[in-house]
Amino acid sequence: MIQFQYVKPSKPKAAIDTVAKDQSAVFIAGGTNLVDLMKRGVMNPEKLVDINKLPLRKIERENGNVRIGALALNGAVAEDKLVLEKHPLLAQALNAGASAQLRNMATVGGNMMQRVRCPYFYDTAMPCNKREPGTGCGALEGYNRMHAIFGHSDKCIAVNPSDMNVALVALDAVVLVSGPKGDRKIPFAEFHRLPGDTPQIHTNLQQGELIMAVDVPENPYTKNVNYLKIRDRNSYAFALVSVAAALDLDGSTIKSARLAMGGVAHKPWRLNEAEQFLAGKPATEATFRQAAQLAMRGAKAFEHNKFKLTLGPNTIVQALKNASGVA
Amino acid sequence: MDRVDGRLKVTGAAKYSAEYELPNMAHAVLVGSTIAKGSIKSLDTKRAENAPGVLAVLHYQNAPKVPGYAQAAHPTEPKPVGQPLQLFIDNQIHFNDHPIAVVVADTLERAMYAAKLVKAQYNEEKHATDFNRNTAKAFLPTAAKRNPKHPLGDYVRGKEDAYKIEPLKIESEYVIPTEFHNPMELQSIIAHWEAADKLTVYDKTQAVMGTQNAFAKDWKIPVENVKVIATFVGGAFGNGLHTWPHETAAIMAAKKVNRPVKLMLTREQMFTMVGYRPHAWQKVGMSATKDGKITAITHEAIGQTSSYEEFTESTLQQTRMMYTSPNVTTRYRILPLDVSTPIWMRGPGEATGAFALESALDEMAFVLGMDPLEFRLINHTDKDPEKNLPWSTKYLKEAMQMGAERIGWSKRQLKPGMVKNGEWLVGYGMGVGTFGANRGRAKVKATLHKDGTLVMQSATTDIGPGTGTAMVQIAAQNLGLPPEKIVFELGSSLYPPSPSQGGSATVATVGSAVHAACQALKQRLTSMVAGNADTSFKGATVENLTFKDGYVSMTASPSARLSFADILKQQNLPELEVTEESTPDASLRQKYSMYSYSVHFAEVQVHPLTGQIKVTNMVSCADAGTIINAKTAGNQMVGGAVGGIGMALTEGAVMDHRFGRYVTKDLAEYHVPVHADAPNISSLFVNKPDLINNPNGTKGIGEIAIIGVAPAIANAIFNATGKRIRELPITPDKLI
Ligand SMILES: Cc1cc2nc3c(=O)[nH]c(=O)nc-3n(C[C@H](O)[C@H](O)[C@H](O)COP(=O)(O)OP(=O)(O)OC[C@H]3O[C@@H](n4cnc5c(N)ncnc54)[C@H](O)[C@@H]3O)c2cc1C
Ligand code: SF4
Repeated sequence: MIQFQYVKPSKPKAAIDTVAKDQSAVFIAGGTNLVDLMKRGVMNPEKLVDINKLPLRKIERENGNVRIGALALNGAVAEDKLVLEKHPLLAQALNAGASAQLRNMATVGGNMMQRVRCPYFYDTAMPCNKREPGTGCGALEGYNRMHAIFGHSDKCIAVNPSDMNVALVALDAVVLVSGPKGDRKIPFAEFHRLPGDTPQIHTNLQQGELIMAVDVPENPYTKNVNYLKIRDRNSYAFALVSVAAALDLDGSTIKSARLAMGGVAHKPWRLNEAEQFLAGKPATEATFRQAAQLAMRGAKAFEHNKFKLTLGPNTIVQALKNASGVA
Repeated sequence: MDRVDGRLKVTGAAKYSAEYELPNMAHAVLVGSTIAKGSIKSLDTKRAENAPGVLAVLHYQNAPKVPGYAQAAHPTEPKPVGQPLQLFIDNQIHFNDHPIAVVVADTLERAMYAAKLVKAQYNEEKHATDFNRNTAKAFLPTAAKRNPKHPLGDYVRGKEDAYKIEPLKIESEYVIPTEFHNPMELQSIIAHWEAADKLTVYDKTQAVMGTQNAFAKDWKIPVENVKVIATFVGGAFGNGLHTWPHETAAIMAAKKVNRPVKLMLTREQMFTMVGYRPHAWQKVGMSATKDGKITAITHEAIGQTSSYEEFTESTLQQTRMMYTSPNVTTRYRILPLDVSTPIWMRGPGEATGAFALESALDEMAFVLGMDPLEFRLINHTDKDPEKNLPWSTKYLKEAMQMGAERIGWSKRQLKPGMVKNGEWLVGYGMGVGTFGANRGRAKVKATLHKDGTLVMQSATTDIGPGTGTAMVQIAAQNLGLPPEKIVFELGSSLYPPSPSQGGSATVATVGSAVHAACQALKQRLTSMVAGNADTSFKGATVENLTFKDGYVSMTASPSARLSFADILKQQNLPELEVTEESTPDASLRQKYSMYSYSVHFAEVQVHPLTGQIKVTNMVSCADAGTIINAKTAGNQMVGGAVGGIGMALTEGAVMDHRFGRYVTKDLAEYHVPVHADAPNISSLFVNKPDLINNPNGTKGIGEIAIIGVAPAIANAIFNATGKRIRELPITPDKLI
């Protein structure tokens, strides 16, 4: 491990100023992602700004939103009464992630910011444009079973590994950010990026910007929801494919729907077209299948992840079935 | 009885090799190559050497020579093949992550940092790591070339490949990927040269004596000058049966810096430094009559090895002895690749072989329209068809019956996909396992102290099965002393010799020596009481005495009794010490064939749309002779079943063959099964003694616990879905 400085400010401004001024400084929250990356030599920050003293742990109702502090622990959010009542989809997604031990360390802000799990990104002896721009994408013609089928570029085909993010994008969350130039709000769908020609830029957060909280607007999706994650082992594994499905039902008719996928793109993948298709339709397997087909338009797979072209739509159908209770 | 060391382990008091702190100890970190084949062109160690706290950077140009390394006959000739990797002898690279340097510093962090500063330039050569592309290079192991009768040699009973001309037959190919032991505890060693010719190592190993001998030979010092301490071992599953380059690196480093040196592998290095279960391709051809009699089996296997060492395992043994078939052909080959050498992994060879054989049996039964349990019963054999000998004991049928009842085998339908639970398809499958009921030679020293406590010592290890516990129990039963009064010490080369803990042989081997030591103690106690002035023990013999609760009494008149402590007191003895060796009776091994057996039953559910797999019930039954301790034996079976779930469903390392480098090399990417993958697992034992094998009547458990599990699950998945998956692991994408 290389030498680094460590500070633990108690005011957000101090934390922000430190990181804004110093390109080699980063925030550290639960450390469950960052410390691993430092040990592997993938990230080599010279200064860690520990944000755990900042007052960002609250989960509260605020202006028609459930506001979740950036330092709220994944485990705590998943078990929070307000979250369970208003946004059970988010709780399901959080519980599908990592392991109980990790969820008790990991924070909401850290989860949003977690880096890709591409094995080439993790191994400094391998090529990776994201870690070292210009070295090539190791996965493109290498082992790409876990990789993207949507929105990839020839520079990077990695996926965003978070489960939480899939629920948050489906629920139209908004990220509250504070930075050297003041505060701003970023709609969740615009928080993460596609790789394009600059896979090394991970999110749209700027140097020194600190995630303060995430707002999840109250909505009718409190009952007919399902987060379905398909993985290689039944816990403590990243998604091959996951689906966040939320329905507002009137009897057996779908009033409106929310649908997003994980494990398929460099950002949590919202399925707007399929949502629009579902609105007003009967909640039947046939409808779900059609929506799933729409959702898969434009998908392009690689050598080892072709199965996602089948598993993806199947998982959409099943998540919608689970959400609606249609057998 | 509870584990004697359970409390120590769960409270953290048990000390593992990396947990020792020696005065003035330095830390070493291994640096590996980033190419798979070629040579080092240049090595830049300057920055590392100048980094703070660095004591030395060792590599092929400056490392102390290992005097005992086998040399090539002439400098221009190649080094002898078939040798374990020789560390830092030249600039050659044999696999990706081949050790190229070891950095020694005063703290671990500084050593880790400096290790990153070592930079190598290579002359790269074309490597071959892709098994599938190189199968044509597979060859018969040298041992079998030299001696065609060798168990690794080609075997033909009856007519060769007789299945081919039969009308009712199957022919299938099976593949298992490279699997890694991944015990919790990382491999680690502290090497300490106490004098120029005196070495002490605190080492994670399954083989105290093996390690002692290997290092004595390497460093050309007397065996007794090497002390090996392995008091606790945090799992190993076979990868502690060898000595490995990192151990030599630490010993070299300790010599160079003249301080004790600690070296612990990283989790990533566990994928290249300490062996694995080799990738294997297999093909089984089988034929049977309409009424279910197997007429022929041909089983071929190719296992991966390294370019510098021939690793072999007995993949095809079960096929030769398990079923009645009059015609059996087996062929075993190994395929050298530019990878590190494999090592035995739980159920070595047999677990691989059983996946193919027991899947093939299920396929054959399906072709015949026959229940696979019935099919196995029809082909059950009451004598060893390979050696033409009676079994010492075999209670496989009993085990099958117990298991079938417990899992509810009668719910199984012949036709796949018929049983459902809501949307989920339910299936049942079974698989049989066997492993030689091995026994070796061991010595135990037993000291009865004047306070009536017994201390036994032997240089075996306990990698988790509960060896200490079982030995205490054997002594308690044989000597008639409460277990609380007995201590069994192991894991040190200072104790009398025992073989390594492997091949499921420890209880049979060391337990027999414990038995012998207890008999000797009883004999000594008997002569003491018989010669007593007090005449109540007149005419006492071991046979007419009762030894119970630490007392001796005449069986016929139990009222007069003497405690062991009092007997020693009367004799004015501070202690009574015996050392006994126990050796298996070779003549019995000529007359009988000795095996342990297991049969595993699995109930699985598969989601037809998403391919999700849940193992919902498992029953593992064993014919393993006398069960000394139900808890630890049960632990072995459950642990083996979980390992088998891993083999069947989750485990498999992936290599990027462009680089010959693993891409899944941590516990997030290499999936060992977790609790959520394991159902309630029942373990059932026939629990009938095999007294031909050893006086305690035991047969091994560790290996049969996993052998046959993977096919049981694969067969259950077929029964649920009608999909026959012949390449492990069976992940959801294979079922949609
Ligand atoms: C073995 C393993 C398995 C896992 N499995 C899953 C899984 O199945 N599903 C899943 O979703 N996740 C999984 N995870 C990832 C886990 O969710 C993340 O590691 C965790 O959420 C990160 O949170 P943290 O607080 O520990 O972040 P840290 O490691 O502290 O930080 C991560 C990044 O976020 C930045 N950061 C943190 N907080 C802020 C903030 N407030 N503002 C701006 N930047 C910030 C840091 O600078 C850093 O770059 C797994 C992790 C591991 C190690
Ligand atoms: S997919 Fe992205 S992260 Fe992976 S190797 Fe390619 S560039 Fe790197």
